Amino acid sequence: MQSIAQPTVEPDRPAGEPLLEVTDLEVKFPTEDGVVHAVRGVSYALYPGQTLGIVGESGSGKSVTSLAVMGLLPKSARVSGSVRFRGRELLGIRDRPMSAVRGKGIAMIFQDPMTSLNPVYRVGFQIVETLRRHDKGLSAKAAMARAVNLLNLVGIPNAEQRVNSFPHEFSGGMRQRVVIAIAMANQPDVIIADEPTTALDVTVQAQVLEVLKTAQAETGAATVLITHDLGVVAGMADRVLVMYAGRPVEVGAVDDIYYSPRMPYTLGLLGSLPRLDARERQRLTPIPGSPPSLLNLPPGCPFGPRCPLHIAECDAAEPSLSEVDTGHLAACIRSGDLSRAEVAAEDVFEATAVDDVAQADLLAGLADAVPDEPELMEELLAEAPGDQPAPAGETTEPVEPAGRADTAGEGK
Amino acid sequence: MTSTVDSAEPVLEVRDLRKHFPIRSRGLIRRVIGAVKAVDGVSFSLGRGEVLGLVGESGCGKSTTGRAILHLQPATSGSVKFAGRELTKLNRAQMRPLRRQIQIVFQDPYASLSPRLPVFDIVAEPLIVHKLASGQALRTRVDELLSMVGLNPEHANRYPHEFSGGQRQRIGIARALALEPQVLVLDEPVSALDVSIQAGVINLLEDLRDRLGLSYLFIAHDLSVVRHIADRVAVMYLGKIVELASKDELFERPTHPYTQALLSAIPLPDPDRERQRQRILLHGDLPSPANPPSGCRFRTRCPKFANQLKPDEQDRCRSEEPALEVRGNHQSACHYAETLQII
Repeated sequence: MQSIAQPTVEPDRPAGEPLLEVTDLEVKFPTEDGVVHAVRGVSYALYPGQTLGIVGESGSGKSVTSLAVMGLLPKSARVSGSVRFRGRELLGIRDRPMSAVRGKGIAMIFQDPMTSLNPVYRVGFQIVETLRRHDKGLSAKAAMARAVNLLNLVGIPNAEQRVNSFPHEFSGGMRQRVVIAIAMANQPDVIIADEPTTALDVTVQAQVLEVLKTAQAETGAATVLITHDLGVVAGMADRVLVMYAGRPVEVGAVDDIYYSPRMPYTLGLLGSLPRLDARERQRLTPIPGSPPSLLNLPPGCPFGPRCPLHIAECDAAEPSLSEVDTGHLAACIRSGDLSRAEVAAEDVFEATAVDDVAQADLLAGLADAVPDEPELMEELLAEAPGDQPAPAGETTEPVEPAGRADTAGEGK
Repeated sequence: MTSTVDSAEPVLEVRDLRKHFPIRSRGLIRRVIGAVKAVDGVSFSLGRGEVLGLVGESGCGKSTTGRAILHLQPATSGSVKFAGRELTKLNRAQMRPLRRQIQIVFQDPYASLSPRLPVFDIVAEPLIVHKLASGQALRTRVDELLSMVGLNPEHANRYPHEFSGGQRQRIGIARALALEPQVLVLDEPVSALDVSIQAGVINLLEDLRDRLGLSYLFIAHDLSVVRHIADRVAVMYLGKIVELASKDELFERPTHPYTQALLSAIPLPDPDRERQRQRILLHGDLPSPANPPSGCRFRTRCPKFANQLKPDEQDRCRSEEPALEVRGNHQSACHYAETLQII
């Protein structure tokens, strides 16, 4: 493995200073139907050498957050808050100084390598373009040599020849390697990878993640890894930020998030994941309902309508992100209950097949119509309250017994 | 499962199924100059009430297999038998009554439902085409189907765009179930959905299987989902099945190097285990299915071929194509099949 020549000497950075600091970032998009509040107060700090995983489902605002950091949102977007890179404010600066930061200070890897590479230019040209944009003194020949070097580094065979290929001559995985090569070309301090492997097959994903680790090692860059895949985050991230409805709902060290989640949403996400390493078939526990519209959110916790631990106080105000443990923050007024009971997802969420909470009654009727081991159903119904963990038992609105009857009738 | 390799009472039997797409020359004559061998000799059987997972990466021919079984793309050669009856020789009219028995659910719930039809019409259409119900009976049946998949029958007059992805997939399932089929071909039914929504649809599919005694051919690229729902699993690579075994056998004791690499590539949502795992990384890209490598199709990327085999053993991989044979409790298409625990 060749290493890239360090173009400039890095100034000493104090270890305690964050490289990238995002504070109260908000993004609003005016639309015909009203203002879509896509990001509603995201704050995080990224320290040198760290990998921060941002997870969330589609529409949770994780991509918009990173586009806002890079200043790549359309003009119609209204962005407020603060994004500081090495102490310098990036929000609101003009495009020219921002361009000096993009690629050099903060580089970005996008999801779809076919659309992020320009189809009419050779990949070598595209790497050279990035290099010479930030280093005007670099000769064309030296830049091309660096490009070959970079392609070698990301594992593209015959880099000397392939540097003259067009993007369409590469497979998806190879294209994503080229994109990573471009991102690491200028030794950035921060790499933001937005779903870098979502469009790829698993075996290719494994290769590309290795390349990403190489890129981190070579450039020493801190990384923001945005993904919906909880498996990818588990292997790559040091810290994890879980987003829901445009806000972080839980932040913490990767082990804390996976082994002792304090926000019901995180717990629900983990419980709805089928496990490759599960020896016995466990019924999945989906989160009922769907994410709220960001057009006009009702007051209170945005996860409230889907939350099995929901109580009346949840609707009073949106809970703020507060520390539940050292370095572990959660936005839930009942996070204390989750920690005390050491609960698993199946204790809190129903292992139902129904999508809509209001459907429970209807399906209970259907389950009755199918005489499917009535004694087992009764047994389960009798057992059910005991199965509930302490916090769920205390709720003023326990999950409807109707839903449970349905599950019992169908569950095997 | 009683038998690990073949099911006792097959409803669907596929033997040596092939689907080749012709490659034509440019110009006026457009001679056939080659063929993309998307499916190249696939055999399996599906038992009553069984879920067979068909997994592989993009381009391995798993979806084409599903479509060829349903006659949506006529097979080039081979045999598909449903309840003992040969399907590949039937014409459209002869096939139609049999379509009641085998239905398909597509991957993309945004593309598989007509945006101009209300949900009632979408679910009622198969019943009308097959003249199974009309008037009040039709209405009752559609309501029943919608509640069966966990949707509110009161929403039957809404259009697909008014539903979320998970709900749309439920509409697709209701449509497939309308004719009370015995076999459902599920072509990536949950891969377009977010995880929290996906879990509900998987649970629904499990319930329907148990309640209605359905058999599923579950086509997916996500092995975690397949481990959760399937009884047996077939792994495809470049148009062929490379390994076929019961779920636990395949996941606990994979014998084909491709299955092993595939399993080791999947990230686990468990930070501790992720840190300890050793990955088997594959090199290179999928060869073109128009011109597959001689002998074993996987040898160009096979870590075993590259690192462990002696030159004479490698020659065998190059010259002789390994058949899908019973080796231990598996059907495995590797000359040097060997158990390796991955997970």
